[in-house]
Amino acid sequence: MILRELSEAVGVSGNEGDVRAVLLDAVREHVDDVRVDTMGNVLAFKHGTGRQRMRVMLAAHMDEVGLMVVGYDDDGFLRVRSVGGIDPRLLPGTLLQVGPEHTPGVIGVKPIHLLKKGEGEKVPKLEGLVVDIGAKSKDEARKLAPLGTYATFTTRFRELGPTVSGKAFDDRAGCAVLVELLRGERFRFDLHAAFTVQEEVGLRGARVAAYGIEPDCAFALEGTIADDIPKDKDVSPTTELGQGPAITVMDRSFIADRRLVNLLTSTAEELGIPYQIKQPGIGGTDAGAIHLAREGVPSVTVAVPCRYIHSPVALLRLDDFNNTVQLMRASLSRLTQRTLERGKD
Amino acid sequence: MEVIPLLKQLSEADGIAGHEEPVRVFLRQTWQPFVDEMREGKLGSLIALKRGIGSEPRPKLMLAAHMDEIGLMVTGIEKGFLRITRVGGTDRRVLLGLEVVVHGRRDLPGVVATRPPHVLPQDEREKAVPWDKFFVDVGLPTEEVERLVTVGDLISIRREMVELKNRRVAGKAMDDRACVAAVTLALEQLSGVRHAWDVFAVATVQEEVGLKGAITAAYGVAPDLAIALDVTFGKHPGVPEVDAFPLGGGPAIGVGPNFHPGLVTRLKEVAEAHEIPYQIDPIPGRSGTDAWAIQVTREGVPTALVSVPVRYMHQPVETLAAQDVERAGRLLAAFIAGLEMDFMEGLAWEDS
Repeated sequence: MILRELSEAVGVSGNEGDVRAVLLDAVREHVDDVRVDTMGNVLAFKHGTGRQRMRVMLAAHMDEVGLMVVGYDDDGFLRVRSVGGIDPRLLPGTLLQVGPEHTPGVIGVKPIHLLKKGEGEKVPKLEGLVVDIGAKSKDEARKLAPLGTYATFTTRFRELGPTVSGKAFDDRAGCAVLVELLRGERFRFDLHAAFTVQEEVGLRGARVAAYGIEPDCAFALEGTIADDIPKDKDVSPTTELGQGPAITVMDRSFIADRRLVNLLTSTAEELGIPYQIKQPGIGGTDAGAIHLAREGVPSVTVAVPCRYIHSPVALLRLDDFNNTVQLMRASLSRLTQRTLERGKD
Repeated sequence: MEVIPLLKQLSEADGIAGHEEPVRVFLRQTWQPFVDEMREGKLGSLIALKRGIGSEPRPKLMLAAHMDEIGLMVTGIEKGFLRITRVGGTDRRVLLGLEVVVHGRRDLPGVVATRPPHVLPQDEREKAVPWDKFFVDVGLPTEEVERLVTVGDLISIRREMVELKNRRVAGKAMDDRACVAAVTLALEQLSGVRHAWDVFAVATVQEEVGLKGAITAAYGVAPDLAIALDVTFGKHPGVPEVDAFPLGGGPAIGVGPNFHPGLVTRLKEVAEAHEIPYQIDPIPGRSGTDAWAIQVTREGVPTALVSVPVRYMHQPVETLAAQDVERAGRLLAAFIAGLEMDFMEGLAWEDS
């Protein structure tokens, strides 16, 4: 499964090279053209059958959240800052891979035995944490991990029955969906796939990719938050595992094009594919940048629900993944210029 | 024996307090070539005897390193998610996002989870997750979870040992498998060495929940002299200077009421004679180690503590310098090799 390889590849924002290499290998044989743009986006092109003169953009981001080395302690510890949003509650006790050699590093905190009263209630701040790679001095640490070195979690991809676990499902799940779509039959329209960089630091790659592609409409493919864990108050789970692909109507980055939402939901209902509407107002995706490209691009986001994104290990259901691929393929097969006519929204 | 592969096998074995079987099985096999006999204590401690050559009745030295580790236990099942509590001093600040193994009807991989930060009020995001907000997620449908998991099932931390730079290693159970490794190295070095005393190497159980294995095994062995081996705090930012020891500085020898000064002196002399670097760990009272229990066994046992400095204790990244484990092993072997039949006489207090 391509998701395994993608999940285990390292690609913190601005340093997506390993993921890029996996994707170039995965799609090259299945597309008519593939190139890497100035930002590092992988742009793949697949001719349509010619029956619809449309340019459709499908985007999934390659980058994941991580850490960057910004300094050193005298005893050889690394000081770090986060690249993208990392919940500081997750960091103590984690195992990291540091730099291009995947040097192991760990984050530990003051032992529980030495905590003063109340001290154990607080989450240590990132500024106070250090990464231990075993270096003995500042000089050795600097040599092994120069300033600007990236680090991320070390997590193997695992199968847990109907579920899989691994790191960086946000958004390697979306990348894997997009690879599956590229490996299938041609659509009627011209397909422009963008595996984007730097989503986690502000949707940077998608912005330039969408400008270059100049699409008639766009779909951002994501791995999104599922908060279906038991809780005290009966509040929305955002999305739930096992309930099918999550369609975004509105999040913090954009309002989805209702015609594309309708295309997805009506296709799902006719074919009996489960789907869910993501709780509005939460999160943001590449669609937030794409829909503002040039004069604007009708856009929508479709996501595989994932528990514990931005953490060392996320979980997703394989049937949600497969249903996302199926829903996308079926909806894209029905997508025509008429879908985007006004009066249908 | 290479210390790093040994540490890897020991650290990765699962042996939560009261459930040390996998470690015991490994040690039975590993110690077998080096000892004369082995038995299991009533609570499960592994007690190995390597006979001395002194005339009978031979005095007995007990080495104790605990083989149990901290962990988690299932307390309830809700919507297919497992509620958890801790076994031993598990630190909840390091649990979130950890991979675990739930020892149900079969071993189930899982993840320690809580609600994502974006749905929490700011003050909750800045607090360590309380126990009642943690769940273990095994990714299976509710019915399946209820079939495979029962309240009371154990949950082990899943963490491979990794090798850092400078022969430093990080793993989940260096406390106290590092010292189990040191004892193993000492036994290996003593192969073919003619020592006077009987040596009882004991891998104790249930140290993390109150020194239970040491209390019972020490009664059973009834040693004349004992050395407990445990980990002590390694130096790193955030830890007070006086509480911690640099990695690579050698094993620490405890001083204080828990330890017999005569035995401490001998350990220091042996270290110096063999050019083994060591550090002094002043412990003004309760040492929190097996030594605390062993010292008051039966009519009392002169006891010492040799410790390996470990950073981030009770966290899944317990980090140490492999060299310190090797040195602790050498110190034990050298101490044992030089132990005279009449050593106890020299331990008498000045005024007796």
